[in-house]
Amino acid sequence: METFWFMAVAFMIAVYVLLDGFDLGAGAIHLVAAKNDRERRTILRAIGPVWDGNEVWIIAAGGTLFFAFPLLYAAGFSGFYLPLIIVLWLLVARGLSIELRAHIDDPMWASFWDGMFFFGSSLLIIFYGAALGNVVRGVPLNEDGYFFQPLWTDFSPFSQTPGILDPYTIIVGLLAFVTLITHGANWIALKTEGVLNSRSHRISRTFSIATLVLTLIATPFTFWVSPWMFESFLQRPYGFVLPLIAIVGLAGMIFFSFTERDRPAFLSSGAFILGMLTSTVFGVYPRVLPAVNPENSLTIQNAAASDYGQAVGLIWWSIGIVFATFYFVLIYRMFRGKVRLEDEGY
Amino acid sequence: MEDALTVSRMQFAFTITYHYLFPMFTMGLALLVFVLKSIYMRSGNELYNKSARFWGKIFAVTFVFGVVTGIPMEFQFGTNWAAFSAFTGDIIAQTLAMEGAFAFFLESAFVGLFLFGERRFGQRVHWFSSLMVFLGTWASGYFIITTNSWMQNPVGYRVLENGNIQLDDYWAVLLNPWMFAQYAHNMGGAVVCGSFVMAGLGAYYLLARRDVEYGKIFLKVGVIASVIASVWMLFPSGHMSSDQVAEHQPVALAAMEGHFKDSDRADLVFIGQPNMETLEIDNPIVLPGGLSLLVYGPAGGDVKSLEEFPQKNWPDNIPLLYYSYHVMVGLGTIFIGITVLAAFMLWRGWLYTFRPMLWAIMLALPFPFIANTAGWFSAELGRQPWLAYGLFRTEEGVSPLVSSGSVLFTLIGFMGLYLIMGLLYVLVMVREINHGPDHEEESLEASEGLTA
Repeated sequence: METFWFMAVAFMIAVYVLLDGFDLGAGAIHLVAAKNDRERRTILRAIGPVWDGNEVWIIAAGGTLFFAFPLLYAAGFSGFYLPLIIVLWLLVARGLSIELRAHIDDPMWASFWDGMFFFGSSLLIIFYGAALGNVVRGVPLNEDGYFFQPLWTDFSPFSQTPGILDPYTIIVGLLAFVTLITHGANWIALKTEGVLNSRSHRISRTFSIATLVLTLIATPFTFWVSPWMFESFLQRPYGFVLPLIAIVGLAGMIFFSFTERDRPAFLSSGAFILGMLTSTVFGVYPRVLPAVNPENSLTIQNAAASDYGQAVGLIWWSIGIVFATFYFVLIYRMFRGKVRLEDEGY
Repeated sequence: MEDALTVSRMQFAFTITYHYLFPMFTMGLALLVFVLKSIYMRSGNELYNKSARFWGKIFAVTFVFGVVTGIPMEFQFGTNWAAFSAFTGDIIAQTLAMEGAFAFFLESAFVGLFLFGERRFGQRVHWFSSLMVFLGTWASGYFIITTNSWMQNPVGYRVLENGNIQLDDYWAVLLNPWMFAQYAHNMGGAVVCGSFVMAGLGAYYLLARRDVEYGKIFLKVGVIASVIASVWMLFPSGHMSSDQVAEHQPVALAAMEGHFKDSDRADLVFIGQPNMETLEIDNPIVLPGGLSLLVYGPAGGDVKSLEEFPQKNWPDNIPLLYYSYHVMVGLGTIFIGITVLAAFMLWRGWLYTFRPMLWAIMLALPFPFIANTAGWFSAELGRQPWLAYGLFRTEEGVSPLVSSGSVLFTLIGFMGLYLIMGLLYVLVMVREINHGPDHEEESLEASEGLTA
């Protein structure tokens, strides 16, 4: 049962990264891929009907994490206090920039929000990546199951008192950045025509190579920082299928970005993200929050909600996810195809 | 200002107060947009369709502000109140997570459809999406009220040997007796808010002699909705709410009413200042025996006073609680007066031309925001000193390792950010109102900002 919820939360986070990942990525390339007002409005229109729905997945994932693993929620959210609040501010600024840009027809106003959209999206990706890096590296949990991390300490990933930022977590943040830029560029290429489409291809080509390079750096670094990650795979060899998905996705990202086939390219970057995330959580399992001192690690057992709570949750959660999936398939089908500015808005 | 507890409480109070300004408006507006769209579907009157689209635009901006200020709320349970989250997570996280699963997905999907789908998918899909947005926002309200109801009146849990609690009866939590009155009262407040804004804007258009035909529609729909909702706030929902406070939280009721000293027939204080030194009301204007009458009916009865409870269980900010409660009740009474008069004039056909009344309706526009906020202050300050009433004290709930400096830093950050957001909201609203409901031809080109 705890394993089910571990997978459920991981699934929701993965969906969040797959979906919000492309609109965050679109934000990160916004200033470069689109040069004039019309092009920028096209990018916003390409994510317009879906970005808020995509963002709901992180809220829903947070809620599910809270209910399935209350102690993890309490420890993790209070321990990552400052970066989390900064993430919230960035989410606020970014959401506003998408909404407010169109309300006043003035070039300065539009430029300001374009900049905010770029800035918020880029920093969010890096913070998300760094947060994931922190989980893999381990956090200084005490015996009561709490910790507090400053933004940085001595910049050593092997420290007993690590900070949020160190060489390892920054690398993971950068890997997330280049990955989601590729993912976002693939989405924009898929949704647009003409000059936006060709610029997105260029970005996708460059950054898929960058993704390859950073993956080759980050992967050995991960096993060096957290050797137990690799042991998880050795204990359960069937897990090796997950990194395989990532490798196939990465190959596809590079191949299809050079052959300019938008849909397979987008699906490949999705597969790469999915493979990387699932490999990570597979390696972390059965922990939910590894500690610097392994005895204090939070695991699916010691952080979980009551059996009864998990059991009733199973019923409503399944119903809720079926509905959510249905809405999303519906919305994405309804708004499929290339974006044209002349189409309706409100 | 030196301890993390105080600063965390201030931060939560500030962020939740600010956040709720938006949902109280959108929940009421969602119903009214659905009503406008439905009238159009029946009558085919294009003015109603344009009105629905115009308010849909206002809804969209407000909705995004509600979403972006709402995300911090869900995270703050963990960041600032980790001990509370760890202790009660088995229960309150159920309802919070259900909100995500059932309400947020629904809202986000159909808000997008409502804003972008009218031309592409036709009127019936558009009407249906307005219905779904209405249901989604009201479902959100239900899950949050249910979460708060558990804090006001913990049910359906079991205490373990180690002192922790866990969920014992899922349906007891979802059908918490406390929830019904609170939900009825809260959603009524949202409709008061949405309808006052609609009527107020209609009054403004008539006073400014522009968009007159829309102004009349806004006034008509707004006034009818607001008179029903305002009366509903007093009876039955307000009455039910105060009865259950009297029954379950007598000490909170005593503090709200400024009922310090025990007496056979408790007086009802209309106006006066609670004096915490002497524990009495200064300069009171009272209705003798009124409180007993309200709580127990004509037969009267002994309303418990503050001095009958140990001081450590008193709400920790009695003056603020007392004033909040009196502001809420006072404004609610005034709302009933204004809306009944406006509805009467609407019925007689005088309302559109009687300018003093239009001024009154327009100037009343901000006050439901104050009344709703004061109402929540009453509920939450009345719950003190408990996070979960009678079960878990507020001072036990704060995150153990988060320093007051960190919280103060983020509190100030939130204040600055929210100040700028408030200015932006007003700026955008003023522009939308100035454009008016007929301004869509250009706005089609100019609207990429999207919600949903």
